[in-house]
Amino acid sequence: MAENIRTDEATGTQTVGHEWDGIEELNTPLPRWWLWTFYATVFWSIVYVILYPAWPLVNSATAGVLGWSSRGDVEQQLAAREAELAPIHEALVAADINSLVANAELRNTAIQGGQSAYKVHCVQCHGADAAGLGGYPNLNDDDWLWGGDLEAIEYTLIHGIRNPDHPETRFSQMPAFGADGLLNDAEIGDVASYVRLLSGEEQASAASQRGATLFANNCAVCHGGDGKGNRELGAPNLTDAISLYGTDREALTETIYYSRNGVMPRWGQRLDPATIRMLAVYVHSLGGGEVAPAAAEDQAPDAAETASAVPPDDGKAGDASS
Amino acid sequence: MPVPDDTLEPPLQLYAARKDVFPKAVNGFFRRLKWQIMAATLAIYYITPWIRWDRGPYAPDQAVLVDLANRRFYMFGLEIWPHEFYYVAGMLVMAGIGLFLVTSAVGRAWCGYACPQTVWTDLFQHVERWVDGDRNAQFRLKDSPWNGTKIRKRLTKWGIWLFISFWTGGAWIMYFADAPTLTVDFWQGEAHYIAYATVGILTAITFIFGGFMREQVCIYMCPWPRIQTAMMDEKSLMVTYKDWRGEKRGSVKKALKNPGEFGDCIDCNQCVAVCPTGIDIREGPQIGCITCALCIDACDTVMEQTGRPRGLIDYITEEDAEREQKGEKARASWKMLLRPRTMAYFTVWASIGVAMLFAVGNRSRLDLSVQQDRSPAYVQLANGDVRNSFTVKLRNMENRPRDVVVSVSGLPGASIWSESVPRRDGQTSITATVPADSVGKLNLFVVAPREGGADEAFTITATGADAEAGDSGATDSDTFTFKRPER
Repeated sequence: MAENIRTDEATGTQTVGHEWDGIEELNTPLPRWWLWTFYATVFWSIVYVILYPAWPLVNSATAGVLGWSSRGDVEQQLAAREAELAPIHEALVAADINSLVANAELRNTAIQGGQSAYKVHCVQCHGADAAGLGGYPNLNDDDWLWGGDLEAIEYTLIHGIRNPDHPETRFSQMPAFGADGLLNDAEIGDVASYVRLLSGEEQASAASQRGATLFANNCAVCHGGDGKGNRELGAPNLTDAISLYGTDREALTETIYYSRNGVMPRWGQRLDPATIRMLAVYVHSLGGGEVAPAAAEDQAPDAAETASAVPPDDGKAGDASS
Repeated sequence: MPVPDDTLEPPLQLYAARKDVFPKAVNGFFRRLKWQIMAATLAIYYITPWIRWDRGPYAPDQAVLVDLANRRFYMFGLEIWPHEFYYVAGMLVMAGIGLFLVTSAVGRAWCGYACPQTVWTDLFQHVERWVDGDRNAQFRLKDSPWNGTKIRKRLTKWGIWLFISFWTGGAWIMYFADAPTLTVDFWQGEAHYIAYATVGILTAITFIFGGFMREQVCIYMCPWPRIQTAMMDEKSLMVTYKDWRGEKRGSVKKALKNPGEFGDCIDCNQCVAVCPTGIDIREGPQIGCITCALCIDACDTVMEQTGRPRGLIDYITEEDAEREQKGEKARASWKMLLRPRTMAYFTVWASIGVAMLFAVGNRSRLDLSVQQDRSPAYVQLANGDVRNSFTVKLRNMENRPRDVVVSVSGLPGASIWSESVPRRDGQTSITATVPADSVGKLNLFVVAPREGGADEAFTITATGADAEAGDSGATDSDTFTFKRPER
């Protein structure tokens, strides 16, 4: 091999000595810097394989001398982050929930923490925009079944709604008037007409008049004589514009016939108190949050006059609006 | 044995290895000009970060500061926010057109006098001359073996270069943080690692570019000369060897013996010896020439010594060169400046400057930017009204906290509130305090009756309402869409 090595006149470079149909190859070796870089990467890879997890095995990989792993790294970072947040979480839990919102830093932390917790635990039912849907309440509006001040929201979050295994849970039960034979189909139609009259969707009629009597006898005990509901019992206000299950005749008939019993898990045993508190503040901030009854008496009259500071846009002060 | 075929061209080389250039010291008008510009530019570079500028209690008091962490750019009385970055764009456009202007008028004057590469190379060459001696001594030292003297001189020279380089990098970071604080932190080892990295990188770059690469940077790395060669025309000034006057070259003795046969050039090579980029100007215009005019100084000195008229090498336009060859008189230099092309460049350049000044003078220090929350697009309230949510950003660009009134108009029956200002029917304006020099964020809830179009236009206005502090009532408003459910 390689007996025909000669020097190429045009370039002054030696050929490698092969010839294929008159085509010869110049012997132009790789640049030395390139070779040394290559050797260095080979050396680097050997060191790396020894130090770090590298070779895949059946169920795991070689551990590496340093004992480093990406999972361990993540765990460390999570622990570090948790330790970092611990003081503010403690402060959140220690504070009175109604006065907590006055502290801008705690409030911001709570809203941001609550928002991320919401995205993990609540979107499945209440939706990414917290607008709920058919039986899952809209958290943005100002209509609350069980109360919309911070304490009420936190209680709902901790104890959930209609958890049979739990004594403190929010609990109410509307009778299934049709299924249990308390009212016949015609009577149910009359009640539906009356309820639609209450919410202004139907004109007064003979049916609604009959329904009014039936309502007073069967429904007023929970929903009130005027149909405005009762938060103690979680009985919805039937006169407002918001309805959880719909106010068209079909939906109303179904509600009265079978009754509705929505369930919300109790988060008290699954989330830590700080997270629940953050969630409560976040939900409260969505626009429908109510002032606690006691606090409302104290400060509601002149609250509008005292404009409070706007939180600066967390460090992204100069951010151009998108 | 194959016969070498000399019809074959040697492979074309795009890069020539660097040959050391040891420019000789020179004196003269252009050298003095170069000294002055060098002193001025270096002074600007090193001193600027240390100038103070009182902006009140809420802003830094450094005159020129690029505050990346807080996204602000301060330049004396001017303060630029990120959304005003078009000022920086404008300045870059002005710099570009400024290059056209300067190049078409006076050729590569930037390269010769003001370019940082030129300034620092010049500085390094002075150091080199001070340590090693002038041109001939430098040649000797280069060829001498590595003995004690050479090692000592080399270490001294590189040491001083490194010192200068370090201060160059050090001055750079001062533009990005409060200079006195950063200096203290830097020496106490408490500055951010990026500060040390930046100084390290800039030290290395200055050391290598100014000490070892020099004209290679101009010839191989810099795009400027390539653009400039296209920018120049027959009316641009450039350094020219007047070959019609200089050729044929010969010594003074020869010229005396053979009158009329030789030109003014005595082939003393001084123009080559003093050239910092190591070119021979007598070969005509070339990319290595940065028009620093040191060859003019050198040649004029020689011409005076030989009793010949100065200006054998001179700043001259191509047009004038032709005129001079024909024996006509060259025109005055200022006429080169005032010609349509330079005037056109100047007009464009100046218009951008005036427009920017006008914009700076009239800009509002209160800015409203609103984003409509789209998920959900609207919320139905218990009383039947519809609520839309907006994220309002109030940009207070003054150095004091301000009360800003946010109000809505053009939406019948509307009322607004925010998380901190409770709901109250009929309320169409709320007041928010925005901290000094920052952006306040407000979640604004706008409620309007159910009746109305699915998309209704209305206006949100922000007004600086801090009458006590003399707020001029700066206002910013914009039109947005109120969304209702389709019927």
